[in-house]
Amino acid sequence: MKTLSGADIEEFGRELDNIRDDVIASRGEDDARYIRRVIAVQRALEVSGRALLFASVLPPAWLAGTAALATAKILENMEIGHNVLHGQWDWMRDPEIHSSTWEWDLVSPASQWKHTHNYLHHTWTNVLGKDRDIGYSLMRLSPEQPWHPYYLGQPLYNAMLAPLFEWGIALHDLELERLRRGDKSWGQAFTQLRAILHKAGRQVVKDYVAFPLLAGPLFLPVLIGNLTANMTRNVWGHTVIFCGHFPDEAAVFTEEQIEGETRGEWYLRQLLGSCNLDGGPLFHIMTGNLSHQIEHHLFPDLPSNRYAEIAPRVRALCERFGLPYNSGSLLRQTATVWKRVFRLALPT
Amino acid sequence: MTALARTSMDGVALRVADTVGWLTTPLMPDDYLGLINPLWSSRKLRGRVEAVHAETKDAVSLTIRPGRGWTAHRAGQFIRVGVDVDGVRHWRTYSLSSAPERADGRVTITVKAAPDGIVSTHLVHRIEPGTVIGLTRPEGGFVLPQPVPSRLLFVTAGSGITPVMAMLRSLVRRGEMPDVILLHSVPRREEVIFGAELRRLAGRFPNLRLHEQYTRSGGRLSLSQLPDLCPDWSKRGVWMCGPPGMLEEAETRWREAGIATRLHVEHFRPVVAASTRGVGGRVRFLPSGQEADADGATPLLVVGEDAGVLMPSGCRMGICYSCTGRLRSGRVRDLRTGREHGEEGELVQTCVSAAAGPVEIEL
Ligand SMILES: Cc1cc2nc3c(=O)[nH]c(=O)nc-3n(C[C@H](O)[C@H](O)[C@H](O)COP(=O)(O)OP(=O)(O)OC[C@H]3O[C@@H](n4cnc5c(N)ncnc54)[C@H](O)[C@@H]3O)c2cc1C
Ligand code: FES
Repeated sequence: MKTLSGADIEEFGRELDNIRDDVIASRGEDDARYIRRVIAVQRALEVSGRALLFASVLPPAWLAGTAALATAKILENMEIGHNVLHGQWDWMRDPEIHSSTWEWDLVSPASQWKHTHNYLHHTWTNVLGKDRDIGYSLMRLSPEQPWHPYYLGQPLYNAMLAPLFEWGIALHDLELERLRRGDKSWGQAFTQLRAILHKAGRQVVKDYVAFPLLAGPLFLPVLIGNLTANMTRNVWGHTVIFCGHFPDEAAVFTEEQIEGETRGEWYLRQLLGSCNLDGGPLFHIMTGNLSHQIEHHLFPDLPSNRYAEIAPRVRALCERFGLPYNSGSLLRQTATVWKRVFRLALPT
Repeated sequence: MTALARTSMDGVALRVADTVGWLTTPLMPDDYLGLINPLWSSRKLRGRVEAVHAETKDAVSLTIRPGRGWTAHRAGQFIRVGVDVDGVRHWRTYSLSSAPERADGRVTITVKAAPDGIVSTHLVHRIEPGTVIGLTRPEGGFVLPQPVPSRLLFVTAGSGITPVMAMLRSLVRRGEMPDVILLHSVPRREEVIFGAELRRLAGRFPNLRLHEQYTRSGGRLSLSQLPDLCPDWSKRGVWMCGPPGMLEEAETRWREAGIATRLHVEHFRPVVAASTRGVGGRVRFLPSGQEADADGATPLLVVGEDAGVLMPSGCRMGICYSCTGRLRSGRVRDLRTGREHGEEGELVQTCVSAAAGPVEIEL
């Protein structure tokens, strides 16, 4: 990567602003129809999945039901929830599809996640000591993080985090390390914990008590189906999200590096810290368009259905400025994530 | 159904929804039912546009089937409708033009396209039958008292005929037409909304007298003509709906005659102060924390909406107080009077207040 002059970086930023303006100017009925259709399909899938599970005396019904429910949950969290909570659809002014009212099918309350994700992670993307998403305070994913024998176990931690990802996110939102440092009061943490327990309680009752009980003799198949669907969603979310920032080439920054950062430099950092996944339209939807992680990080509040359309323009811009545009298959990116997890488990 | 039975039914429905809510959490049962039929929602009142009927070149009547939660209106009242234009939800106020006695449970609103009007042009030229729109329950005090006064005077202009049409239709339905004089003013004969129906009614009821004033040829309807057109104007109960200037003039006249209580007016448009120029500022909307730059002439309501903030709103002209927010810091300018004001904690109407410097407001 060649080094860009300050003027180049600002020009790069202006070009990206143009892309952003174009999308905003053309947002309209088609986009609104898109998100409403995804929501309708998701809810229909969920209802069908649960209905099929109730017929799971037949094993194929169990399998189909679990698959439908897992798919519905993935759509709900990724293409719908994550993006609605980013305010991508706020422009429609529909109170039912709005970042300030949306609650998602995940144990962590949307409001807490909006703070740690929208604010902390998106503002401080890949800045050490600021972006708490680097390794989720659980792993060492950058050589700049000091090594500790504890990290020897991180391949195991990561493997365990995947199926429990939603619980990991809820815990992450509590910011326990700030509590230890004394930056956060016990009172604050307690209020937050109560909200998590309330939300998580309802989630647990729904999937592991109410629906299984309603199924009567099919209690166990329904319970296992729901558990499998939740874990599948967790593993998928974990995989996609880790591919977004932690493949081997993704850059990490220090606080000094970003002092007095301009808009152009902010864009540049978002680009260098993010990685895309190649795939078809259905794959993109199933990743909540986080397969367009670069576009998402440049424009977190533009409707997700537009990322695919602007990706070629962003890519061309990177070429013009001699900047890397990190994109690869899910398999390749996942492999490099794991390589990094293993490599940094050891002292470097 | 008696009111009591309905309340206990609602209570049962609520408890059922609450229980089923454990299965649909974090959503509500409504969120799923609404996919089958949007009108079933018990949280959000909606309606389906069943027919679009052209009244004039630039006015239509929409026949709406209201969904669950609707309550019957009184003739002259208005509703708010939420319409998606280019994917964006807009709320506007429209008087109901149908009689509450209508047997099929449908209601109508009648909309005239305002030049460059976002919602009115959409409703007049583009809306398709079958479209589902947001509704609010009928409200407003521009209604006839019971019993109906024996002598009435209606003064209307343009689309201002709509609430009065509802009253006339209601009187016809109930078979009690008192002594009515209707003075209606429009640019040209072709632009009279409900023209044929009004003339038919005037033919059918001898005590309904209709005066149509075509302003292009006959000049505008002036209150100085009143004694000629309606010699006993000061003895009649008056319902008036038209442009702000006409209503203001009437209010002065009736006040000076000492009979202000006889006059009832309905404004379709806010009265804006001649000079509302001022510096704007950065506005922060709480609790979401969304921010936007505002100039000194744009209502905070519009500033917030354009920034994607969920802004509560109603009449959008300073009469209903559905849009109020609590001022946390800064000052605002009242666009109706040009007056600057603002104390911390003050409730301000966002639809008629612009930022006078940086503002923090909690919705
Ligand atoms: C209580 C009440 C009852 C109403 N009943 C009716 C009704 O029965 N039928 C009806 O057609 N309208 C009615 N209105 C007016 C209606 O609510 C809208 O203001 C109107 O349709 C214009 O909305 P818009 O989105 O098209 O215009 P906007 O996009 O909001 O405004 C565009 C332009 O039109 C101008 N404008 C705004 N309002 C009017 C207006 N009323 N006439 C002419 N120009 C205007 C604005 O100054 C602006 O320049 C009523 C309003 C109120 C408060
Ligand atoms: S919207 Fe009615 S007072 Fe503001």
